[in-house]
Amino acid sequence: MLREGEYRIPSGCAISGFINKDGRRVNGSAIIQSIALMQERSNGLGGGFAAYGIYPEYQDYYALHLLFEDKLSRNQVEELIKDNFYIEAEDRIPTRHVRSIGKAPLLWRYFVTPRLSKIEESQETEADFMTRLVMRINDSVNGAYVVSSGKNMGAFKGVGYPEDIGEFFRLDEYQAYSWIAHGRFPTNTPGWWGGAHPFTLLDWSVVHNGEISSYGANRRFLEMYGYKMTLQTDTEVVAYAIDLLVRRHNLPLELAARVLAAPFWQEIDRLPAAERDLYTRLRVVYGSLLMNGPFSIIVGFSGGIMALNDRIKLRPLVAGSHAATLYVASEEAAIREICPDVERVWYPQGGEPVIGRLEEEAQCRLSA
Amino acid sequence: MPTLSLMPPEFSVARDDNKCIKCLACVRQCGFDAQKYDAEDDRLYTIDANCVNCQRCVSICPAGALTIYKNPPPMRPNAHWTEGHLRNIVKQAETGGVLLTGMGNDQPFPTYFDRLLLNASQVTNPSIDPLREPMELRTYLGSRTEPVSREERKDKTKTPLVPIETPIMFSAMSYGSISHEAFESLARAAKAFGTLFNTGEGGLPADLYQYADHAVVQVASGRFGVHAGYLNAGRVIEIKIGQGAKPGIGGHLPGEKITAPVAATRMIPEGTDALSSAPHHDIYSIEDLKQLIFTLKEATRYQKPVSVKISAVHNVAAIASGIARAGADIIAIDGFRGGTGAAPTMIRDHVGIPIELAIAAVDQRLREEGIRNQVSLVAAGGFRSSADVVKAIALGADAVYIATAALIALGCHLCQKCYTGKCSWGIATQDPYRSRRLNPEIGAERLYNLLRGWSHEIKEMLGGMGINSIESLRGNRLHLQGVGLNEVELKLLGVKHAGEAM
Amino acid sequence: MKKVYARPAYCMNCHLCEVNCIVAHSRSRDLFRAYKRENLRGAARVIVEERLPLSVAVQCRHCDDPRCVAGCISGAMVKDPETGIVYCQEDKCVGCWTCVASCPYGAIRPGEKNGRPVPLKCDLCREADEPACVAGCPNRALVFEERRAGA
Repeated sequence: MLREGEYRIPSGCAISGFINKDGRRVNGSAIIQSIALMQERSNGLGGGFAAYGIYPEYQDYYALHLLFEDKLSRNQVEELIKDNFYIEAEDRIPTRHVRSIGKAPLLWRYFVTPRLSKIEESQETEADFMTRLVMRINDSVNGAYVVSSGKNMGAFKGVGYPEDIGEFFRLDEYQAYSWIAHGRFPTNTPGWWGGAHPFTLLDWSVVHNGEISSYGANRRFLEMYGYKMTLQTDTEVVAYAIDLLVRRHNLPLELAARVLAAPFWQEIDRLPAAERDLYTRLRVVYGSLLMNGPFSIIVGFSGGIMALNDRIKLRPLVAGSHAATLYVASEEAAIREICPDVERVWYPQGGEPVIGRLEEEAQCRLSA
Repeated sequence: MPTLSLMPPEFSVARDDNKCIKCLACVRQCGFDAQKYDAEDDRLYTIDANCVNCQRCVSICPAGALTIYKNPPPMRPNAHWTEGHLRNIVKQAETGGVLLTGMGNDQPFPTYFDRLLLNASQVTNPSIDPLREPMELRTYLGSRTEPVSREERKDKTKTPLVPIETPIMFSAMSYGSISHEAFESLARAAKAFGTLFNTGEGGLPADLYQYADHAVVQVASGRFGVHAGYLNAGRVIEIKIGQGAKPGIGGHLPGEKITAPVAATRMIPEGTDALSSAPHHDIYSIEDLKQLIFTLKEATRYQKPVSVKISAVHNVAAIASGIARAGADIIAIDGFRGGTGAAPTMIRDHVGIPIELAIAAVDQRLREEGIRNQVSLVAAGGFRSSADVVKAIALGADAVYIATAALIALGCHLCQKCYTGKCSWGIATQDPYRSRRLNPEIGAERLYNLLRGWSHEIKEMLGGMGINSIESLRGNRLHLQGVGLNEVELKLLGVKHAGEAM
Repeated sequence: MKKVYARPAYCMNCHLCEVNCIVAHSRSRDLFRAYKRENLRGAARVIVEERLPLSVAVQCRHCDDPRCVAGCISGAMVKDPETGIVYCQEDKCVGCWTCVASCPYGAIRPGEKNGRPVPLKCDLCREADEPACVAGCPNRALVFEERRAGA
């Protein structure tokens, strides 16, 4: 049987996430509690988390979370890393024994900074250099996979129910200002640790409930820009699409959301001239990045989160707020579970992004 | 003509005398003098040798008294020396000429559209109901500028994009090769539906400039009807390099078809043969093409996207890449099933490659080179149904051109005698007695209906796949799987075999 | 009043208007019976005039002041004051053919039905919504519409 990642598996899911916009860092207990409530939306074949602000002591280094299926792949990757980076620190990702979690792959993390000479040699920006290296490991080193590669953030994922995965990775010991989580319901597969969500690239992380029927079109478009789809999953293309639009093409996140879940032509035709022109150009140029089909996603990034539904809202997504905290989840109950006195709850419309960002003061304080 | 023909007639017309009311409609309507009336004996009869099986008499007969049969081949069955080959040899033995024919390649080469199947949603994602949800077919043609920013960067050398409301356009058929009535039908239907028609290489008749905003105005090697007003009136300019039915060769519209209005439109003397040379004599290489593209853009102040139409030939991917880099905004590729008014039979039936493979190869190549967004890709050549259109778009086309299907909607029965100018259906003729049979009002309605029907079917198929916009289908080969294709074919088409995991 | 107008640009000389007229004015209203049993071939009330490549279907213009009505000796030919349709009350016709001679358009021809004389002339299929020649014209070369005088 082909392993997941070699072919495409549709899956249903639960998602949840929150951000403390005042920069207050909390441990992983709350997010585990929230995602655990929606257990019937997953089937024990995948759970995962991304957390931002967890490595303040290494905030200037790329935190590479890696999984290896064997020693050989680890050696190969280490060689690659040593060639291209200075390694500031490295260790085995701390885990705890959890009975329901099966055999785990080798899980390592490295805090690195790219060698200047290598970047210059490649004629790329630092971010492009990093992107290419991640793609290279995923694509060409058999048995190795980059779980996350951003700064002061990390993704933790594996096969199992999300609450068990959280327990396994000892998330109660990390402090983050934003957390996103995922419980997975793939249709058929023995499950593979790399196939769980979130999917990440640099600081981006994406958890996703849905199946993107435009995957083939999205994928072939992204391939033109050097992205290698190594995992055959919809969620992977969301992460890369956002990277292309926001990081490389400098679109504001709000407009990038309007590419992924584009307004209908009949709505665009009704807009005032300047807006109409902008949205027409967005659709015409990035039509192939329209994520068509049912999805709700939460995108984590440095300093914020964004939740987004497909344009006809074929999957559930609810948002809530309390004081400086913004919550988003598949179900309202998952918010109320960790914030019983939530002040405001709303159901965002299809294609309407919900974005929460760190307040300026918090941003400065955290990066100081 | 020889006194003795070695071949019996290809068709025979049977008249049921019990039904025939002798209204003589068949006699008046036959374009090829196959139906006769003897007034002295009050008797109708047929000259089978003249019958081309265009079915005009059968359709017009109010009594349903006529049936056309194919005469059984009179010779011993022979899989190698088929009837077609024998007929051709006999014809050439009698005339010493090049065999001529009309319409597209009719030989039994594989049709890959028939070896590709579409996907649909089940359980894990919902299908979308086009009766309840908006389903978008609008397509923009032209070169895209990226990245997008809030403020549009003004680039005077960027031509505007052209929207069409369905990814189906009418392909090039020139005024002269088809009647004014047929031409007008296409123009009216394109305008009514919000798509484009293509003037072909014969210019745009003065009375049809009201439809110019929906016209792709062609510039071909003969330069017929090309002047500044024509270029500036059209919506898109198309340089015709090649045509699927006859790659590598030019065209010849006989003087009999060059009536006064055709002559005026083409800007040539009445009654002279209109000869299109095989190459453009100012394009002997790719850099010459670039010069012509920018000459046309300069002449229209960069207001018209320029399309370059080529036939699908062996090295089509590399050629297309060159065309994109030469500054074309649209590349139109015409497959070997593409039609024509007249082509040498041997060329029509043996030159070129299938459009399915050409689109797949070109789309893939342009993506590998990272220049797919610089051009729109229009596929042409034998699209028979909305399913063919959907498959072409999934393979990578932005839109398709249809011509034969449009003619069939207008009445054409594919008798392949366009080059004779005797078309019984009033399409491929300049004879006013014949051309007036096609009332453009009716023609336009029928074409509109065809576009409407196909568009609706495309929406149904998109909805079934769980997508509600045509751009999510474009190049989305995961929605295609092959049946009965070998590994090379699957690889070229970029699809998996039916039953394989996605 | 609504009349039948020909659009010569689209008349393709098929003569099906004649066929449809004959069937509509037959007893059986059936193509085969009209031609084969009732022997109505040639009895059309609309005639396609040909000067090829042009052709045009001609029928009664239903004049405001019809000569045929004025000349009719038996009072059979009348103009319906309500609809304006000029038609022949066939049981009153004596077959003098004054109408044929007096029509300035040559739109009336002598004929017979069940052994009795009747003028073959368009009655705009006054029982039907639309004349049969218009309804059956395959190329919309005939239209049935109201036009202003002189139009």
